[in-house]
Amino acid sequence: MSKEGVIYRISGPVVTATGMSAGMYDVVRVGNEGLMGEVIELHGEKAVIQVYEDTSGIRPGEPVINTGETLSVSLGPGLLTQIYDGIQRPLPTLEEVMGVFITRGVDADAFDLEKKWTFEAVIEKGAAVEGGQVIGHVQETETIVHKIMVPPTMSGVVKDIKSGDFNVTETVCTLEDGSEIQMMQKWPVRTPRPYRQKYAPDTPLITGMRILDFLFPLAKGGAAGIPGPFGSGKTVTQQSLAKYSDAQIVVYIGCGERGNEMTEVLDEFPHLIDPNTGKPLMNRTVMIANTSNMPVAAREASVYTGITIAEYFRDMGYDVALMADSTSRWAEAMREISSRLEEMPGEEGYPAYLSSRIAEFYERAGRVETKNGDDGSVTVIGAVSPPGGDISEPVSQGTLRIVKVFWGLDAGLARQRHFPAINWLNSYSLYPQSLNQWFRDNIAQDFPEIRTQISGLLQIEAELQEIVQLVGSDALPVDQQLTLEVARMIREFFLQQNGFHDVDAYCDIHLQYSMSKAILSFQEAAKNAMAAGAQLNDVVNVPARTALMRGRFEKGYIDTIDDMVKSMVDEIAATVEDN
Amino acid sequence: MTGKEYRTITDVKGPLVFLNKTEPVAFGEIVTIRLADGSIKNGQVLDTSDDLVIVQVFEGTAKIDRTAGVTFMGDVFKLPVSKDLVGRILDGAGRPRDGGPDIVAEENADIIGAAINPYSRQSPHDFIQTGISAIDCCTTLVRGQKLPIFSASGLPHNDIALQIARQAKLKGSDEQFIVVFCAMGITAEEYNFFRSDLERTGALENAALFVNLADDPAVERIITPRLALTAAEYLAFEHDYHVLVIYTDMTNYCDALRQIGAAREEVPGRRGYPGYMYTDLAMLYERAGIVKGKKGSITQFPILTMPGDDITHPIPDLSGYITEGQIVISRELHQQGIYPPINVLPSLSRLMGSCIGAETTREDHKSVSDQMYAAYAQGRELRGLVAIVGEDALNERDKQLLDFSGVFEDRFLRQSRDEDRSIDETLDLCWELMSSIDTKYLVRLDQKWIEKYHPDNKA
Repeated sequence: MSKEGVIYRISGPVVTATGMSAGMYDVVRVGNEGLMGEVIELHGEKAVIQVYEDTSGIRPGEPVINTGETLSVSLGPGLLTQIYDGIQRPLPTLEEVMGVFITRGVDADAFDLEKKWTFEAVIEKGAAVEGGQVIGHVQETETIVHKIMVPPTMSGVVKDIKSGDFNVTETVCTLEDGSEIQMMQKWPVRTPRPYRQKYAPDTPLITGMRILDFLFPLAKGGAAGIPGPFGSGKTVTQQSLAKYSDAQIVVYIGCGERGNEMTEVLDEFPHLIDPNTGKPLMNRTVMIANTSNMPVAAREASVYTGITIAEYFRDMGYDVALMADSTSRWAEAMREISSRLEEMPGEEGYPAYLSSRIAEFYERAGRVETKNGDDGSVTVIGAVSPPGGDISEPVSQGTLRIVKVFWGLDAGLARQRHFPAINWLNSYSLYPQSLNQWFRDNIAQDFPEIRTQISGLLQIEAELQEIVQLVGSDALPVDQQLTLEVARMIREFFLQQNGFHDVDAYCDIHLQYSMSKAILSFQEAAKNAMAAGAQLNDVVNVPARTALMRGRFEKGYIDTIDDMVKSMVDEIAATVEDN
Repeated sequence: MTGKEYRTITDVKGPLVFLNKTEPVAFGEIVTIRLADGSIKNGQVLDTSDDLVIVQVFEGTAKIDRTAGVTFMGDVFKLPVSKDLVGRILDGAGRPRDGGPDIVAEENADIIGAAINPYSRQSPHDFIQTGISAIDCCTTLVRGQKLPIFSASGLPHNDIALQIARQAKLKGSDEQFIVVFCAMGITAEEYNFFRSDLERTGALENAALFVNLADDPAVERIITPRLALTAAEYLAFEHDYHVLVIYTDMTNYCDALRQIGAAREEVPGRRGYPGYMYTDLAMLYERAGIVKGKKGSITQFPILTMPGDDITHPIPDLSGYITEGQIVISRELHQQGIYPPINVLPSLSRLMGSCIGAETTREDHKSVSDQMYAAYAQGRELRGLVAIVGEDALNERDKQLLDFSGVFEDRFLRQSRDEDRSIDETLDLCWELMSSIDTKYLVRLDQKWIEKYHPDNKA
């Protein structure tokens, strides 16, 4: 058997070749145009290949060449600020070569192989190094130092290492056994990169979104699922996370979504400033765009390409956040390929291995001790697009079984223009227990208790609302009416957040705490005033309360909020005397 | 290459023909089938191997027997495109239907259409004024957008589509759109309605029609929209036209897709539709947009009828995940005699934010739109309550909102089929209607706009 075979059959993105020696997941070049594909099944001497480009016009009898490599990504300086397709071809390069429409049969390097980077060695000749150990630094962007690591499979004693300007394929370090290390390394996308050990997460990923940070926090190294029907704001939520979360590196995968949306991100991100560093957001971002009309097999690969890049930065000791929008499209790509293979389907036509693939993917998230001994993390946030918004379908269920945070988007809230339309009654986070200590130490001693009070009020409101539906709110006793008012304040003042507003889009975690305390102060003051004979209507309508609520749209709110709360409390107390 | 004729058909099943012992046949290659009586049918290769080739026949497989001759044409499906397409009526497979001559090709374009590189796209931001208040104010259309109409049988979606086609223009510009109209499985009556309306208004000269009617072969519907979009791309990106593509009815298209899936014995997804329907629809819808360095644009107006008025049915559901919003037509409003019966509550334009404001429409547009929406939503909700407790139980604010919801439908939504309201007229109308609500309840309006635009202050 040779490296070269011929095409036997073509059915959409699935091609069968014969006469070729092949192993599972080998990358092959298909047809006269050399389209990129991957072996996904072997039957006797037939190899079944999924092709990452359009297969129209390809004929049986054309050659297939096995490259002998598995699907890999190139890792090294130059990754940041890039925008790739699903198989790591930079879209700007594709535009240069093909024009505005994506045609096929074009190869492109993942980044500029000629560009010189300044490599600064951090170890010396004679040092013993292991796989994953950092040997030098490159200042890749203003904010990010790219750490050059020994490829995970290599180890030995350094024979020679030099600082200076090199391109990514030049050797910067030689080991005693003669193996050479360049700044660029490759890693197969379907294999998780190794680490020493996984830790339990103990630090929250601060996102600046009140409902997420305060009620349903996600840990660095955790995994979250965001299911929601169309129009409920999945993409806006994902983009807010990409903009404002306090991860050091962001990998954003647009998987099978709208072209114009990707363009918007591309237009917007270079102009946005990272609130945590004050530098352009693009400096910490890698983007992968495989829109819904790009080849379906490349969509399947895109999430793996993304997570491998994320793991690579994790290995440098960074906190990485990965957003995948939407994992449902990825699952559908699997379904499409599976049905072309005529596999026995599981639920709703999805392959039987769907849930294990989803689990494997999310399991690549985590906070780890890297091979270099540092602390790094990959946080995965996956959007899910359940058909008809019904989360009993297999992709949502497969995701919910594995993730610890569920941010459930709700079409009803979106229709009321309550954004972010995250339903506070059915969403959950399993991290508060492990994160409470961090919140106590860094924000306030009573942070967890305040959270419990706030979510408790929302629960009570839900119960009261059921009664209100039947008898109207006037029939409730006055203290319950107050509870409804407080809950309304939580919803309108605290949970609603305008993702497009200059100030409100990002809310500092300390400010979140102050705002939640402000709500409880209102409740307390109102209760006291009403016990002394004040009317609910007067208490609710004090001007200082309106000012307090409007204040969140003003800059410097964190400095003024305490005074505003004081004047609100005073005004509420004054309503007693008026009576 | 006009190859050999093969008489090796083994099976015929639904729209599919299976044959063996052929030359190497390309995936997607065009096929002609000659029947015993000399008539010709066309098809396309769906699956090819050394042993077996599966052909999907566009005209239906009636009368095909095992002696029919099959020729492979050596190329994938291409449409001859030229500027002359404008003003022509073609059938669902791209042949003249108006008795005119064949199209003389300036170019033969592959109908599958390549994906636009997201990096090469330009974000849409030009406001299109449709003259319909509900759309212009609440679900604003942007040039380069794909905004479907979610309708149902028996509702006037065709009138709305036509009104948009007639009236759509950029604000402050008379530049006309070229309309590419694609009919899939609609009745001859509906088609005549479209054609005579386009003729009456003289728009036919600026339109290209691709027509597959209900009694035309169902399988042909798979290629009809691809032909229309190929023509649209050519006109937009080679000849700088702004193209408005209207296709109706996507539901028939999806049913044709299901038919082929069933004949191939594929594993079905929800409601029997194939699992790849999302990708397939995306290959159509995503062909809307603007690209850098080109003057033209493609704006899409797909119409689909929701089976059983069910918005969670796979066709509207998958469409909604791809398109940039939706305009939902309401049976309830239609039955109240309101035209256009657009229910603004579930309607949405995702690109609206990028095209409204001081420079494009008017500075108060966002604020007004939010307030109209909120007030109407609350008013509608109160109707349910009134049915139980009666109107007397409402407080002053709720009464005003309840009344507003009626006025909203009667005066804001309702307009005649040839009434073309400018955006200023629409927004002024909004202010007039909102003045029936006490200003202190209009919390979403900025104070500065109230001072500037509220009728009480204007006078």
